[in-house]
This record gives sequence, structure tokens and C-alpha cells, in this order.
Amino acid sequence: MKKIVFESKERIKKNEEIIKKLLTVLGFISIFTTVGIIFSLFEETFLFFRRVSIVEFLTGREWTPLFEPPKFGVLPLVAGTFLIVIISSIISIPIGLGSAIYLSEYAPKKVRKILKPTLEILAGIPSIVYGYFALTAITPIIKTIFPETSVYNALSAGIAVGIMTVPLVSSLSEDAMMAVPDSLRLGAYALGATRYEVSKDIVVPTAFPTIVASFILAISRAVGETMIVAMAAGSTPKLTLNPLESIQTMTGYIVQISMGDVPYGSIGYRTLFAVGSLLFLITFTLNLISRYVMRRYRRAY
Amino acid sequence: MKEQDITKRRKIKNKIFHALIFLCTLFGIFILSVLLFSILSKGLKWLSVDFITNFPSRFPKKAGIYPALLGSLWLIILTALISFPVGIGTALYLEEYAKDTKLTEFIKLNIANLAGVPAIIYGMLGLAVFVRMLGLGRSILSGALTMSLLILPTIIISSQEALRSVPESLKQASYALGTTKWQTITGVTIPYALPGILTGTILGISRALGEAAPLIVVGALAYVSFVPKTPFDQFTVLPIQIFNWSSMPKKEFQNVAAAGIIVLLVILLGINSIAIILRNKYQIRMKD
Repeated sequence: MKKIVFESKERIKKNEEIIKKLLTVLGFISIFTTVGIIFSLFEETFLFFRRVSIVEFLTGREWTPLFEPPKFGVLPLVAGTFLIVIISSIISIPIGLGSAIYLSEYAPKKVRKILKPTLEILAGIPSIVYGYFALTAITPIIKTIFPETSVYNALSAGIAVGIMTVPLVSSLSEDAMMAVPDSLRLGAYALGATRYEVSKDIVVPTAFPTIVASFILAISRAVGETMIVAMAAGSTPKLTLNPLESIQTMTGYIVQISMGDVPYGSIGYRTLFAVGSLLFLITFTLNLISRYVMRRYRRAY
Repeated sequence: MKEQDITKRRKIKNKIFHALIFLCTLFGIFILSVLLFSILSKGLKWLSVDFITNFPSRFPKKAGIYPALLGSLWLIILTALISFPVGIGTALYLEEYAKDTKLTEFIKLNIANLAGVPAIIYGMLGLAVFVRMLGLGRSILSGALTMSLLILPTIIISSQEALRSVPESLKQASYALGTTKWQTITGVTIPYALPGILTGTILGISRALGEAAPLIVVGALAYVSFVPKTPFDQFTVLPIQIFNWSSMPKKEFQNVAAAGIIVLLVILLGINSIAIILRNKYQIRMKD
């Protein structure tokens, strides 16, 4: 306080201006980040497409960039990612939505107070731990049921990704359901509706846009999830829908190449960025759709 | 008679549904317990002082996590030093200084979008910009800068929320005393918003601690037999060490990996407890 008294007014004013400018620069870091991502991904991708045609990349059914003769069809990696998305959604969507309805509509306050933080812990566990869990706990269980399963397989990784994304679906959906005004519920209860009917016919339809948005976000997360698939799904790019086989996803490929020694500037190095660009475009589009759904169909009460 | 049947059926439906969604909620808890149990049962035996202080080894019995542990500590401390001031600064700019223009709207939208970009993409950004363009190499600093960019959206968004929760009346009272904007921010706004800001930062740091994918792309090593001494040294981190052990053919290494996971989870738990303690401390102080 004493210092302020002795400082001249001009000096204070000058300092205020400097601080303002400094903070403005910080405000623009996020834009630089986005520009940096786009620039660094697309520069190498552009160089990649000077060697390989876009059509071959997007429609080719074989991905063997480091073998002779190299083939640059990305479809097997996309198929692998798709398989993981399907399996994880089968787990995360119904279980996440079910948990959300329970926590928002059914759970007594005390039960909610215990269950909700526990679900949040699940969201805070690093994906490497889920990957380990998939490899050492889920895969052995699958193998006892289907003995022909390979050690690395899409099912195990997909289940782990699904478990990891349950909290994402449940917390977003629950928030949306909690925002449904009580007057709507009470109206239905007054007509003699059961809790199930209120949930099914009032709460879920009202909160539906955000619920759908949470599904899309979970899918986007599954597309970008890396360590689980790198550990448990394998490294065999394959056009298959058989979940018991070893596959490779886009993210899994990026990890595999990064772990090895691919010389800077080689075509192998550039495939990294071509696959990365595709991954970025897919997740970016999904995130945009999710935000659009949430905004466009949000109801005002 | 018929009407009673219908009512009965509706009630049964409700009960079945109740049971179903209750099971859905328990599923998460069940998985969490199985996960913790399986990791503890495999890893606890392998935890020892030697495990913490040893270097990695070809022999599971001698393998330790010392370089990875130090690498992780270096990484999260540097990441915190970079991302905390930048995160608060950005949030302050957006909430206190920026005018309501299209540009501000764009920056906010951009931050929300960045929060949804997969971690591994940040790794590619780090590889292209920090490792290659700025020539920082496959160093801890490159890793920390990459991780900072990754967690910044989390820190900014939660700091913004915290800043928005500061009552306007408090700020006005401060201005009425003749303070400047910055004096009000440092004297009133930040102290009030600090618990929220800290929570967001800790959340981000925890994420940086558990994340492996971007660092693999940036070029952290899988096998390190030295201890990093400066931010320009090469390094490895706990999650990558765990990944490395899990993919070893020898089965015993899986147990070593489990021990590594226990160490990682204990540190995460520690960081989060600090967050809770700090939050409570500052919350109480503000109420006085």
C-alpha cells in the first residue's frame, strides 16, 4: 500500500498500459497454436502429396509405406479407427447415458454424492493405465471365451476406450438433464407418470441435443485415443471388421513410426503428417458438429 | 381391472429400468475396483526402494524407474511454470481486458476447439515447431512446451469460469478506493478466483503427467540410462517407461509395469490432494 502512494501517477498509468499489452499478446497464443498446428501438419502433408496422389491415399486398400513396394492407401488405418469407435461406443453410449439418467433422475442425494466423484476418478486415470488394463486383464478374458483371439486385438482396446469415455458421456449428459427445469418434471408427475416415463418422455427429449453432442464428443475422443490402441490393438494395418484380429489405427501408426528411427524428410516421416492431418480433420469436424448440435437445438426455458 | 393391470405394468417397467441404470452406474465403480485390484496385486510385490532408485535394466528384478521419475518431475514442473502464467494471463485478457468484438469471440471459440484436438496432434506440432524449427531437439524443454500447449485450454477455460464468478460489487468497491485496474485484479479478482484457477491448473498438470502420446512423437526416449540435468537433456517419463515395460516379451516386465503404474497413480493422487488442500485453504480465507 505504501508503495502505491509514492509512485507517480504517470508511472502507474504506463505500467497499466504495459500490462494490458502483455496480456493481449498472451491472448493471441491460442491463435498461434492453431495456426502452428495447421501449418506444421499441412506443410509436410503437402510434400507428401507431391509424391503420392490424394486419390491413392484416400482410396487405397493397402498401407505398407515402409516396405517395398510401398503402398499408401490409408483405408486400413481408417477401418481400424472405425472399429475402435464402434466397439467403444457400444460401451460408452448406453452405459454413460444410463449412469446420467440414474444420477440425475433416480439417485438419492447421498448416493449421488458418493457415486459422482467415483466416476470422476475414472475420468482422471491416464490412458496408459487403461491400455495396460486392456492388455493384461481384458484380453485374457476375451481369450478364454474366444480362444482364436490374437494377443493384440481391436475388441480389447475398444472396450478399454469405451470404459474411458463413459465419464465423458455421463457427466455431459447429466449436466444437460439437471438443467431441465423441474416444472416440466412436476407437471408430468402430477399427471401420474412414473420416473421411467418422466425420464424417457420429458427429461431425455428435452436434454437430447446436449446428449447427442456428448455422444459425438465421445466418438471424437475415441478417434484420437492413442496409448490404449498402441498398447492393446496391435500394429497390423488391416481392412477388417473382425474385432478379434490385430489391427492398427491412425494414432497407433503415428506412435509406431515415432518409436522407430524414421529419417527426417523421408517419405516415412511425411506419412506421419499425412495421417496426422486426416486425424485432425476428422476430430475437428466431429467437434464442430457436436458444438453445432448443442447450439442449434438448445432450448431456452 | 384392466386399468390396474396397465398401472402395474408401468410400475414394473419403472423398476426394471431403475435396476438397469443403477447397474450402469455401478459398472464404472466395478471397473475402477477391478482395475485397481489387478494393478495392485501385480505390482505391489515389485515396489521397493530399489525400484525407485534403480535405472531400467534388462533384468526385471533390477529394473527401476529413477530416470523416468526424474524426467516426469522435470517435465511437470517446467510445464507448470510455463502454462500457469500464460493460462491465467490469457483468461485475464479475455475476461477483464478484451472488448466484446468478433475477434474475442473467435479467440474463445478457438480455445474451445483446441481443447478437443487429440493429444497426439500436439505432439506433431511440437515435433515440427519446437524440435525442428526452433532447434530445441528432443529435449525436456520441447516436451514441456508441447505439454503446456496441450493443457492450456483446460487452464484457460477453468480460469475464465473462476474469474467470471468474482462478484462485480467487490471489484467496484476496489475501484471506489481509487485503485487501478491491475491493482484491483491482483488485490481482489485473482485472490477471489484463485481456488478455481488452481483446480483447473492442477487438472491440467495431472493430465500432462499421465500423457505419453505427444511425448513419444516429440521424441522422448523409451530407454534412458542417465538422469536429465538440464532442460535441454533428452529424457523419458513414467508413462513411456510403463508403455515400454508393458510391451516387453518377458512376462515379469508386466508386473514391473504395474509397479510403475502404482508410482504414477500415487503421484497423481498426491497432486490432486494438494489441489484440494489449497482450494479449501483459500476458500476459507475468502469467506473471512
